[in-house]
Amino acid sequence: MSVDTGLDKKPGTSANSRSSGMPQQSSIRVRAGMTRTVKYVLLILFLVIVLMPVYVLIVTSLKPPQDVNPATSWGLPVRWPWEPALEGGPTGFDNWSLAWNALSASIGRTFLLAIPAALIASFLGAMNGFVLARWRFPYADVVFTFILFGMFIPYQAIMTPLVQMKTSLGLPSDVSTLLVVHVIYGLPICTLIFRNYYAGIPHELMEASRMDGAGMLRTFGSIVLPLSLPGFVVTIIWQFTSAWNDFLFALFLSNQNEGPVSLALNNLAQGAQLANYGAAMAGALLASLPTLVVYIVLGKYFIGGLMSGSVKS
Amino acid sequence: MKKGYKNWGPPLLLIAPTIVVLGIFVYGLIGANISVSLSNRSSLVPATEFVGFDNYFALFAEERFIHSLQNLGVFTVFFIGGTMIFGFLWAWMLDKGVTAEGVFRSVFLFPMAISFVASGVVWRWLLNSAEGDRASGLNRVFENLGLDFLQNAWWNEPGWGMAAIALPAIWQLAGYVMALFLSGFRGIPEELREAARMDGATEWKLYRYVIFPQLSPVALSALIIVGHMSLKVFDLIMAITKSIYQTEVPATYLWVALTSNDYAKSATIATILLLFVAVVIVPYLIYTARAEKRQR
Repeated sequence: MSVDTGLDKKPGTSANSRSSGMPQQSSIRVRAGMTRTVKYVLLILFLVIVLMPVYVLIVTSLKPPQDVNPATSWGLPVRWPWEPALEGGPTGFDNWSLAWNALSASIGRTFLLAIPAALIASFLGAMNGFVLARWRFPYADVVFTFILFGMFIPYQAIMTPLVQMKTSLGLPSDVSTLLVVHVIYGLPICTLIFRNYYAGIPHELMEASRMDGAGMLRTFGSIVLPLSLPGFVVTIIWQFTSAWNDFLFALFLSNQNEGPVSLALNNLAQGAQLANYGAAMAGALLASLPTLVVYIVLGKYFIGGLMSGSVKS
Repeated sequence: MKKGYKNWGPPLLLIAPTIVVLGIFVYGLIGANISVSLSNRSSLVPATEFVGFDNYFALFAEERFIHSLQNLGVFTVFFIGGTMIFGFLWAWMLDKGVTAEGVFRSVFLFPMAISFVASGVVWRWLLNSAEGDRASGLNRVFENLGLDFLQNAWWNEPGWGMAAIALPAIWQLAGYVMALFLSGFRGIPEELREAARMDGATEWKLYRYVIFPQLSPVALSALIIVGHMSLKVFDLIMAITKSIYQTEVPATYLWVALTSNDYAKSATIATILLLFVAVVIVPYLIYTARAEKRQR
């Protein structure tokens, strides 16, 4: 698996051009060779360590409860799911069907939550970013900082009154309430990403349109929006991932029967005794699949959203 | 400086909805939260009286809250330290040119795409506190490698248990810090390194006087982002241990208070958390806003 993360070297800065040392310095070359070996050994070691939890997830999810034994817990399954189980007992596949039954409805709800949340917040963010990048109205920087602060606050700081507000307005404990919440608290980062993105679009392009007498809205709609696809990909991925992975808002504002997958997964996992860890692990894999697919397919844009968190692009 | 549009009515109209919504849901609710924290609303009964800073004094006099702050401190130190060390190390190793760099990078980064709840499932297993014959998870690895003395109760260990909770957090975010540092490394002009080498700078001096100063803005960003995430840690702890005393941090204590309808207490904890984060974030926001102004 290699994801295009957009961090590749710029051409002409290849490190290899540096290391082509002179032939007479053979001792240096030997040392360089050793450092190289040490480096690769270390990198591969880190690779194994980082992938270790994934191995555990997959292997454990394939083990039926009766085959779970601390002594062999790191080993491959004694019986693979397609092999017949002892005395007609459960197989590894049963973990997966158990997990699927526990999560499928909530996975559907989470799609209904995360996709609109991503689209709406992105569109509003694009409008804001455009205004803040291009129109120097008085105190624009103050307004920007005012918006940005909302991205960093601990959501706990607004949770108590938000829960009270939800109760007094009689809002439902389902994904529709969460949708509104994710749009609202997604506005700051979407605004930030688009503001940085639009700052990079040549000013002349918009000047020309203004000269032609186009108003701001027309400039935005006909010139800017068509150029905004890369910005949209970044914000949509970011918003989708954070809405999908959110647990805090879900826990405080929704319930297990109507809430997103994070709640259902937590319920499945917390209910699990050591005996059916397999189902919990299968569930964790199922619940992570959409964001992992997004990461693998659109890695470069995924990083784009991550990097924007460091404010300066 | 770009010439401003004379007519700034329409743009203001475009962002007005956002300003109003954030004004209510960020600033308004923060205000509401503070006002609840200054009241005695400790049950479902809405009757409320202004009690000043009583809730704050009461909280800081509580052994339980101090304990949650200590836990947060231990977690933060290990989380920041771990992500910065591994993030820098990985970026440094990858920057020098590595075959299949993309593979390493993608693998180091992928945990970022997974939710804390999902990773909590597997880390709860890895950090199982059983030892000896019953050991599974990481303790089983130590057992099998003959490193029995390394076996420990992980998050159940009194005192340093929170360092164990930092392990999954480091696993998830070290790759992010790596990506930040890598973009920092790649932003250093090659001419700068060449010039230093021409001047006869040793490798150490090159780092000390050229590379580290160039990386310091990135390091600051990474520190701020990881630091403020650390103060908010909640999901991970709930997923691994639920809200129990051993691993309690202010955010999980808040959950306990809110679910028992002690609104005044949960609001007080929330305000303290907000202050912690603001101390880190506000100077950073001002600093970046100023830096941007200078560039323009």
